Amino acid sequence: MTVRLAQTPPEEPPALHDRAMDNLRYIRETMERASSFTAVPGWGQVAIGITALVATYVAAHQSTPRGWLGTWLAEAIISLLIAGWLMDRKARASGVPLLSGPGRKVAFSLSPPMIVGALLTVVLFRKGLTGAIPGMWLLLYGTGVVTGGMYSVSIVPVMGVCFMALGAAGIFAPAAWGNWLMAAGFGGLHIVFGSIIARKHGG
Amino acid sequence: MAKPQALRREPGKEQTEKQRLRGVHGGAPQSMHEIDRLIHERLRLGIISALAVNESLTFKELKHTVKTTDGNLSVHARKLEDAGYVNCSKTFEGRTPKTEYRLTAAGRRALERYLDHMEAVIGRMRKTN
Repeated sequence: MTVRLAQTPPEEPPALHDRAMDNLRYIRETMERASSFTAVPGWGQVAIGITALVATYVAAHQSTPRGWLGTWLAEAIISLLIAGWLMDRKARASGVPLLSGPGRKVAFSLSPPMIVGALLTVVLFRKGLTGAIPGMWLLLYGTGVVTGGMYSVSIVPVMGVCFMALGAAGIFAPAAWGNWLMAAGFGGLHIVFGSIIARKHGG
Repeated sequence: MAKPQALRREPGKEQTEKQRLRGVHGGAPQSMHEIDRLIHERLRLGIISALAVNESLTFKELKHTVKTTDGNLSVHARKLEDAGYVNCSKTFEGRTPKTEYRLTAAGRRALERYLDHMEAVIGRMRKTN
Protein backbone atom coordinates (compact mmCIF):
# COMPACT_ATOMS: atom_id res chain seq x y z
CA MET A 1 0.00 0.00 0.00
CA THR A 2 1.16 3.54 -0.59
CA VAL A 3 0.94 6.15 2.14
CA ARG A 4 1.57 9.84 1.94
CA LEU A 5 4.08 11.16 4.40
CA ALA A 6 2.23 14.18 5.73
CA GLN A 7 3.68 17.40 4.29
CA THR A 8 7.34 16.49 4.50
CA PRO A 9 9.34 19.69 4.83
CA PRO A 10 11.93 20.50 2.15
CA GLU A 11 14.71 19.33 4.48
CA GLU A 12 14.09 15.71 5.37
CA PRO A 13 14.57 15.00 9.06
CA PRO A 14 17.92 13.28 9.71
CA ALA A 15 16.14 10.14 10.94
CA LEU A 16 14.56 9.64 7.52
CA HIS A 17 17.91 9.98 5.76
CA ASP A 18 19.47 7.52 8.16
CA ARG A 19 16.61 5.14 7.57
CA ALA A 20 17.02 5.48 3.80
CA MET A 21 20.75 4.73 4.07
CA ASP A 22 20.05 1.82 6.37
CA ASN A 23 17.41 0.45 4.00
CA LEU A 24 19.72 0.62 0.99
CA ARG A 25 22.42 -1.13 3.01
CA TYR A 26 19.92 -3.80 4.05
CA ILE A 27 18.81 -4.34 0.42
CA ARG A 28 22.43 -4.72 -0.70
CA GLU A 29 23.30 -7.14 2.11
CA THR A 30 20.18 -9.22 1.49
CA MET A 31 20.97 -9.41 -2.22
CA GLU A 32 24.55 -10.48 -1.44
CA ARG A 33 23.31 -13.15 0.95
CA ALA A 34 20.71 -14.35 -1.55
CA SER A 35 23.31 -14.49 -4.34
CA SER A 36 25.27 -17.05 -2.35
CA PHE A 37 22.61 -19.57 -3.31
CA THR A 38 23.58 -19.19 -6.93
CA ALA A 39 27.19 -20.38 -6.48
CA VAL A 40 28.56 -23.86 -5.85
CA PRO A 41 27.28 -24.84 -2.37
CA GLY A 42 29.73 -24.91 0.54
CA TRP A 43 29.39 -28.63 1.10
CA GLY A 44 30.20 -29.14 -2.60
CA GLN A 45 33.48 -27.33 -2.02
CA VAL A 46 34.17 -29.62 0.93
CA ALA A 47 33.63 -32.60 -1.39
CA ILE A 48 36.04 -31.10 -3.94
CA GLY A 49 38.57 -30.54 -1.13
CA ILE A 50 38.36 -34.19 -0.10
CA THR A 51 38.95 -35.39 -3.67
CA ALA A 52 41.98 -33.03 -3.80
CA LEU A 53 43.44 -34.66 -0.67
CA VAL A 54 43.00 -38.07 -2.29
CA ALA A 55 44.64 -36.73 -5.45
CA THR A 56 47.57 -35.41 -3.38
CA TYR A 57 48.15 -38.89 -1.97
CA VAL A 58 47.98 -40.50 -5.41
CA ALA A 59 50.16 -37.80 -7.04
CA ALA A 60 52.80 -38.09 -4.31
CA HIS A 61 53.20 -41.78 -5.16
CA GLN A 62 53.78 -41.19 -8.86
CA SER A 63 57.30 -41.94 -10.04
CA THR A 64 57.28 -39.66 -13.10
CA PRO A 65 56.34 -36.00 -13.62
CA ARG A 66 53.93 -37.16 -16.33
CA GLY A 67 52.14 -39.41 -13.80
CA TRP A 68 51.99 -36.55 -11.29
CA LEU A 69 50.55 -34.17 -13.89
CA GLY A 70 48.07 -36.79 -15.12
CA THR A 71 46.79 -37.32 -11.58
CA TRP A 72 46.14 -33.63 -11.06
CA LEU A 73 44.53 -33.22 -14.46
CA ALA A 74 42.18 -36.09 -13.58
CA GLU A 75 41.45 -34.36 -10.26
CA ALA A 76 40.70 -31.10 -12.11
CA ILE A 77 38.20 -32.93 -14.32
CA ILE A 78 36.56 -34.62 -11.30
CA SER A 79 36.28 -31.25 -9.50
CA LEU A 80 34.74 -29.62 -12.57
CA LEU A 81 32.25 -32.46 -12.86
CA ILE A 82 31.28 -32.14 -9.18
CA ALA A 83 30.90 -28.34 -9.47
CA GLY A 84 29.02 -28.63 -12.77
CA TRP A 85 26.69 -31.30 -11.42
CA LEU A 86 25.88 -29.26 -8.30
CA MET A 87 25.24 -26.12 -10.33
CA ASP A 88 23.10 -27.99 -12.83
CA ARG A 89 21.14 -29.54 -9.96
CA LYS A 90 20.62 -26.11 -8.49
CA ALA A 91 19.64 -24.64 -11.85
CA ARG A 92 17.09 -27.38 -12.49
CA ALA A 93 15.57 -26.93 -9.03
CA SER A 94 15.07 -23.21 -9.64
CA GLY A 95 14.02 -23.62 -13.26
CA VAL A 96 16.86 -21.42 -14.54
CA PRO A 97 18.95 -22.59 -17.52
CA LEU A 98 22.48 -23.47 -16.35
CA LEU A 99 24.14 -20.89 -18.57
CA SER A 100 21.72 -18.03 -17.87
CA GLY A 101 22.71 -16.86 -14.40
CA PRO A 102 24.96 -18.63 -11.92
CA GLY A 103 26.61 -20.92 -14.45
CA ARG A 104 27.54 -18.06 -16.74
CA LYS A 105 28.84 -15.98 -13.85
CA VAL A 106 31.16 -18.75 -12.64
CA ALA A 107 32.15 -19.79 -16.17
CA PHE A 108 33.09 -16.24 -17.22
CA SER A 109 35.11 -15.51 -14.10
CA LEU A 110 36.93 -18.84 -13.90
CA SER A 111 37.52 -19.57 -17.59
CA PRO A 112 40.16 -16.92 -18.42
CA PRO A 113 42.58 -17.86 -15.60
CA MET A 114 41.92 -21.57 -16.25
CA ILE A 115 42.79 -21.19 -19.95
CA VAL A 116 45.95 -19.27 -19.02
CA GLY A 117 46.76 -21.99 -16.47
CA ALA A 118 46.35 -24.74 -19.06
CA LEU A 119 48.64 -22.98 -21.55
CA LEU A 120 51.31 -22.22 -18.92
CA THR A 121 51.12 -25.84 -17.72
CA VAL A 122 52.06 -27.06 -21.21
CA VAL A 123 54.93 -24.55 -21.44
CA LEU A 124 56.32 -25.22 -17.95
CA PHE A 125 56.01 -29.00 -18.35
CA ARG A 126 57.85 -28.93 -21.68
CA LYS A 127 60.64 -26.85 -20.13
CA GLY A 128 60.89 -29.30 -17.25
CA LEU A 129 59.76 -26.68 -14.71
CA THR A 130 57.18 -28.95 -13.06
CA GLY A 131 58.05 -27.52 -9.64
CA ALA A 132 56.57 -24.14 -10.60
CA ILE A 133 53.23 -25.62 -11.65
CA PRO A 134 51.51 -25.96 -8.20
CA GLY A 135 52.17 -22.30 -7.32
CA MET A 136 50.97 -21.15 -10.73
CA TRP A 137 47.78 -23.24 -10.50
CA LEU A 138 46.98 -21.93 -7.00
CA LEU A 139 47.69 -18.35 -8.07
CA LEU A 140 45.46 -18.49 -11.14
CA TYR A 141 42.65 -20.41 -9.45
CA GLY A 142 42.70 -17.82 -6.66
CA THR A 143 42.45 -15.06 -9.27
CA GLY A 144 39.33 -16.67 -10.74
CA VAL A 145 37.74 -17.12 -7.30
CA VAL A 146 38.44 -13.48 -6.37
CA THR A 147 36.87 -12.11 -9.57
CA GLY A 148 33.91 -14.52 -9.53
CA GLY A 149 33.46 -14.04 -5.79
CA MET A 150 32.88 -10.31 -6.21
CA TYR A 151 29.24 -11.15 -6.96
CA SER A 152 28.93 -13.49 -4.00
CA VAL A 153 29.22 -13.32 -0.23
CA SER A 154 32.38 -11.61 1.04
CA ILE A 155 34.01 -14.81 2.25
CA VAL A 156 34.40 -16.11 -1.32
CA PRO A 157 36.89 -13.44 -2.46
CA VAL A 158 38.70 -13.95 0.87
CA MET A 159 39.10 -17.60 -0.06
CA GLY A 160 40.44 -16.50 -3.45
CA VAL A 161 43.00 -14.23 -1.80
CA CYS A 162 44.15 -17.14 0.39
CA PHE A 163 44.66 -19.26 -2.74
CA MET A 164 46.61 -16.41 -4.33
CA ALA A 165 48.79 -15.97 -1.23
CA LEU A 166 49.53 -19.70 -1.14
CA GLY A 167 50.27 -19.67 -4.86
CA ALA A 168 52.56 -16.65 -4.55
CA ALA A 169 54.50 -18.46 -1.82
CA GLY A 170 54.45 -21.63 -3.92
CA ILE A 171 56.16 -20.22 -7.01
CA PHE A 172 59.18 -19.33 -4.85
CA ALA A 173 59.09 -22.46 -2.70
CA PRO A 174 61.25 -25.57 -3.29
CA ALA A 175 59.78 -28.02 -5.81
CA ALA A 176 59.50 -30.67 -3.08
CA TRP A 177 56.77 -28.62 -1.41
CA GLY A 178 54.50 -28.96 -4.44
CA ASN A 179 52.27 -31.72 -3.12
CA TRP A 180 51.95 -30.07 0.29
CA LEU A 181 50.94 -26.80 -1.31
CA MET A 182 48.35 -28.55 -3.47
CA ALA A 183 46.97 -30.38 -0.41
CA ALA A 184 46.87 -27.17 1.64
CA GLY A 185 45.21 -25.17 -1.16
CA PHE A 186 42.87 -27.35 -3.19
CA GLY A 187 42.29 -29.67 -0.23
CA GLY A 188 42.57 -27.58 2.95
CA LEU A 189 41.26 -24.21 1.77
CA HIS A 190 38.27 -25.79 0.00
CA ILE A 191 37.37 -27.82 3.08
CA VAL A 192 37.81 -24.94 5.56
CA PHE A 193 36.04 -22.26 3.50
CA GLY A 194 33.43 -24.73 2.20
CA SER A 195 32.54 -25.61 5.80
CA ILE A 196 32.28 -21.95 6.79
CA ILE A 197 30.12 -21.14 3.76
CA ALA A 198 27.89 -24.16 4.40
CA ARG A 199 27.47 -23.23 8.07
CA LYS A 200 27.04 -19.48 7.68
CA HIS A 201 25.25 -19.23 4.37
CA GLY A 202 23.43 -22.52 4.15
CA GLY A 203 24.17 -25.34 1.71
CA MET B 1 -31.81 9.16 -8.62
CA ALA B 2 -29.02 7.22 -10.21
CA LYS B 3 -26.10 6.35 -7.98
CA PRO B 4 -22.73 7.84 -8.89
CA GLN B 5 -20.60 5.54 -11.04
CA ALA B 6 -18.13 4.71 -8.25
CA LEU B 7 -20.86 3.56 -5.88
CA ARG B 8 -22.36 1.17 -8.42
CA ARG B 9 -19.23 -0.92 -8.68
CA GLU B 10 -19.31 -4.57 -7.71
CA PRO B 11 -17.81 -5.23 -4.24
CA GLY B 12 -14.79 -7.06 -5.65
CA LYS B 13 -14.04 -4.35 -8.18
CA GLU B 14 -14.48 -1.64 -5.59
CA GLN B 15 -11.84 -3.35 -3.49
CA THR B 16 -9.51 -3.47 -6.47
CA GLU B 17 -10.06 0.22 -7.14
CA LYS B 18 -9.35 1.04 -3.49
CA GLN B 19 -6.20 -1.00 -3.63
CA ARG B 20 -5.19 0.70 -6.88
CA LEU B 21 -5.66 4.13 -5.32
CA ARG B 22 -3.58 3.05 -2.35
CA GLY B 23 -0.90 1.73 -4.68
CA VAL B 24 -1.19 -1.89 -3.52
CA HIS B 25 -1.02 -3.21 -7.06
CA GLY B 26 2.14 -1.41 -7.90
CA GLY B 27 0.71 2.00 -8.69
CA ALA B 28 3.49 4.54 -8.89
CA PRO B 29 3.77 6.82 -5.87
CA GLN B 30 2.10 10.13 -6.61
CA SER B 31 4.98 12.25 -5.35
CA MET B 32 8.40 12.16 -3.77
CA HIS B 33 6.78 12.00 -0.36
CA GLU B 34 4.92 8.79 -1.02
CA ILE B 35 6.47 5.54 -0.05
CA ASP B 36 5.43 1.98 -0.82
CA ARG B 37 4.55 0.92 2.68
CA LEU B 38 4.07 -2.65 1.56
CA ILE B 39 7.77 -3.13 0.89
CA HIS B 40 8.95 -0.48 3.36
CA GLU B 41 8.46 -3.07 6.10
CA ARG B 42 11.88 -4.63 6.77
CA LEU B 43 11.06 -8.30 6.28
CA ARG B 44 9.02 -7.74 3.11
CA LEU B 45 11.83 -5.56 1.75
CA GLY B 46 14.20 -8.45 2.42
CA ILE B 47 11.95 -10.92 0.61
CA ILE B 48 11.68 -8.66 -2.45
CA SER B 49 15.45 -7.96 -2.47
CA ALA B 50 16.37 -11.64 -2.21
CA LEU B 51 13.98 -12.57 -5.02
CA ALA B 52 15.31 -9.74 -7.20
CA VAL B 53 18.66 -11.53 -7.58
CA ASN B 54 17.25 -15.03 -8.05
CA GLU B 55 14.81 -16.48 -10.57
CA SER B 56 13.14 -18.22 -7.66
CA LEU B 57 13.81 -19.19 -4.07
CA THR B 58 12.30 -21.97 -2.03
CA PHE B 59 10.61 -21.24 1.28
CA LYS B 60 13.61 -22.66 3.12
CA GLU B 61 16.13 -20.58 1.17
CA LEU B 62 14.10 -17.44 1.64
CA LYS B 63 13.72 -18.11 5.36
CA HIS B 64 17.48 -18.53 5.68
CA THR B 65 18.20 -15.38 3.68
CA VAL B 66 15.89 -13.05 5.59
CA LYS B 67 16.55 -14.83 8.89
CA THR B 68 13.03 -15.23 10.16
CA THR B 69 10.60 -17.85 11.39
CA ASP B 70 8.26 -19.99 9.26
CA GLY B 71 5.20 -18.15 10.54
CA ASN B 72 6.58 -14.67 9.93
CA LEU B 73 7.74 -15.53 6.43
CA SER B 74 4.37 -17.07 5.54
CA VAL B 75 2.45 -14.01 6.71
CA HIS B 76 4.65 -11.45 4.96
CA ALA B 77 5.08 -13.46 1.76
CA ARG B 78 1.31 -13.79 1.63
CA LYS B 79 0.89 -10.03 1.81
CA LEU B 80 3.31 -9.59 -1.09
CA GLU B 81 1.50 -12.32 -2.99
CA ASP B 82 -1.87 -10.65 -2.42
CA ALA B 83 -0.43 -7.40 -3.77
CA GLY B 84 0.81 -9.18 -6.89
CA TYR B 85 4.48 -8.53 -6.07
CA VAL B 86 5.47 -12.19 -5.77
CA ASN B 87 4.24 -15.47 -7.22
CA CYS B 88 4.02 -18.54 -5.06
CA SER B 89 3.93 -22.07 -6.45
CA LYS B 90 3.49 -25.21 -4.42
CA THR B 91 4.72 -28.50 -5.83
CA PHE B 92 5.82 -31.88 -4.55
CA GLU B 93 9.33 -33.28 -4.73
CA GLY B 94 8.56 -36.92 -4.15
CA ARG B 95 6.43 -36.72 -1.06
CA THR B 96 7.91 -33.49 0.23
CA PRO B 97 5.93 -30.30 -0.43
CA LYS B 98 7.99 -27.55 -2.00
CA THR B 99 7.01 -23.88 -1.98
CA GLU B 100 8.77 -21.58 -4.42
CA TYR B 101 8.58 -17.82 -4.70
CA ARG B 102 9.28 -15.63 -7.72
CA LEU B 103 9.28 -11.88 -8.11
CA THR B 104 6.66 -10.57 -10.56
CA ALA B 105 7.17 -7.65 -12.95
CA ALA B 106 5.04 -5.50 -10.63
CA GLY B 107 7.24 -6.50 -7.68
CA ARG B 108 10.40 -5.61 -9.58
CA ARG B 109 8.96 -2.22 -10.54
CA ALA B 110 7.95 -1.63 -6.93
CA LEU B 111 11.50 -2.35 -5.75
CA GLU B 112 12.95 -0.03 -8.42
CA ARG B 113 10.58 2.75 -7.35
CA TYR B 114 11.48 2.15 -3.73
CA LEU B 115 15.21 2.33 -4.51
CA ASP B 116 14.66 5.55 -6.47
CA HIS B 117 12.77 6.96 -3.53
CA MET B 118 15.47 6.09 -1.01
CA GLU B 119 18.18 7.50 -3.28
CA ALA B 120 16.18 10.68 -3.73
CA VAL B 121 15.88 11.10 0.03
CA ILE B 122 19.63 10.66 0.44
CA GLY B 123 20.34 12.95 -2.54
CA ARG B 124 18.26 15.69 -1.02
CA MET B 125 20.17 15.42 2.23
CA ARG B 126 23.48 15.80 0.35
CA LYS B 127 22.21 18.88 -1.49
CA THR B 128 21.14 20.57 1.74
CA ASN B 129 24.48 19.82 3.45
